[in-house]
Amino acid sequence: MRNVLKHSILILFLALLTLTPSRSIAQEAEEPAKEKFDAKSFIFGHTGDSYCFHITEIHEHPVCVWLPVIVKCKDGGSWHCFSSKHVCELKEGETFNHNGANFYISPINADKYPGKLVEVKADGSLSRPFDISFTKNAFGIFLVVIFLLAFFLPAAHKYKKDPMAKPTKYQGLVEWLTYTVLDGIIRPNIPDKKVKKFAPYLLTVFFFIFFANLFGLIPFFPFGANVTGNLSITVVLALLTYFFVNVFGNKHYWKDILWPDVPIFLKAFPLMPIIELISTITKPFALMVRLFANILAGHIVIMVLMALIFIIGGMYGAGMGGVMSIVSIFMTIFMTALELLVAYIQAYVFTILSSLFIGMAQHEPEHE
Amino acid sequence: MDLFLPESGLVIWMLIAFLIVFVILAKAGWPMIMGAVEQRNAHISESLLAADEANKALAGIEQKRQETMAAAQAEQIKIMKESQDLKTQLIEEAKTQARQEAEKIVADARLKIEKEQAEAMAQIKNEVIALSVDIAEKLLQRELSDKKAQNDYIEQLLKNNPTQIQA
Repeated sequence: MRNVLKHSILILFLALLTLTPSRSIAQEAEEPAKEKFDAKSFIFGHTGDSYCFHITEIHEHPVCVWLPVIVKCKDGGSWHCFSSKHVCELKEGETFNHNGANFYISPINADKYPGKLVEVKADGSLSRPFDISFTKNAFGIFLVVIFLLAFFLPAAHKYKKDPMAKPTKYQGLVEWLTYTVLDGIIRPNIPDKKVKKFAPYLLTVFFFIFFANLFGLIPFFPFGANVTGNLSITVVLALLTYFFVNVFGNKHYWKDILWPDVPIFLKAFPLMPIIELISTITKPFALMVRLFANILAGHIVIMVLMALIFIIGGMYGAGMGGVMSIVSIFMTIFMTALELLVAYIQAYVFTILSSLFIGMAQHEPEHE
Repeated sequence: MDLFLPESGLVIWMLIAFLIVFVILAKAGWPMIMGAVEQRNAHISESLLAADEANKALAGIEQKRQETMAAAQAEQIKIMKESQDLKTQLIEEAKTQARQEAEKIVADARLKIEKEQAEAMAQIKNEVIALSVDIAEKLLQRELSDKKAQNDYIEQLLKNNPTQIQA
């Protein structure tokens, strides 16, 4: 630790030596045309969705995994399916023609449809087609799905084949993970009789979120897709929780919503029922926003710390950028460690609240 | 901002993907894992109970065994003592019997000896009587004047074989 400190001070000192105003000015004078670093596109480009999976760049040539673009044009109604290579490599102002329709990806800092595939009509107007492209996040989702299946199914198969056999270490891990969630989150919230019914959903949700969070923190292909920090994903999870709460809710639960134990004037003019109905929506809505915002915020902070290197570098020259990179790296390590914690906490919170809501809808009054 | 609007395409992909993993794991994943673990838990608790019972039974058996052992030992001691008693008794009896026998033999022998003695005495008596009678006869037959000659003659007769005398 002391060594690290010593070295960082040395590097800081050397970096400060290079930081002279004349140099900075000279540099600016030499390369006035150099592209200015765009922090916004950098950050949202990495945290948002994308039509291709960008891996790296070699000599300014992007190395990507091209994912399929699948769109249905609004008015023409025709389906288009092509590799994202055609639209991602377009230069500014160019469009890609596929079976009579012209497409391009709107730049990330555009006002309309930023970062999305847009169709250019014959009259020059833009229209957003119905887009079910297999994007980077869709790829990330399927990666988690395949991982979950590959991780849990072999264990389940082993258990099915011989339930009484001594579990292997791998089975022990699966068992431990499963029962951490089952005994720590699900059982305390759901009546014992209903555990078997709801545990599969809650376990799947927990492990989906947990591994999606973890994979989002791994910064290289095929990981790194910001899956749970995307509202489209959390909205589905929240809707499923809403479904499980309300569709399987018992009589008592619905009575409490539609005809609660309050003075008659509060429910005859259906004030309370309306409030209660809204509250069934706000609960999963909070779940949705909480998960999305926490994960997105973590990713954004890490990206901002990275962007700071280039911003400072751009403002004060490479030397200061170098200094900043040391600071940034330490802070990024800290943030990533924190994000590991958040990855678990958010999966935990989403699952515990889901099981709480489901459990509340299953609650039977003790005596009435 | 665009960031806060769900993208329909991604929603569809997410729904498909999540339902796939949910259905597969709900059918072939979690129930197997939970079932096996619960089955094993039940088995373990049953086994523990059975082991406990077996232990208790074993303790009973052990106690019984010890009791049996103690009883056997007591029996052994008793038998040994009895046999010892029997032995001493037998020896005692044998001794008494032997003594009685010996006494009887001795008594018999004494009786026999006495009888034989009496017989011998009677015989001797008879012989003495016969001899005396013989001598007296002979003396009566020979009239001796001389006293000395008379004694010599008795001496001579006595020296001679009684059978001779008889004859």
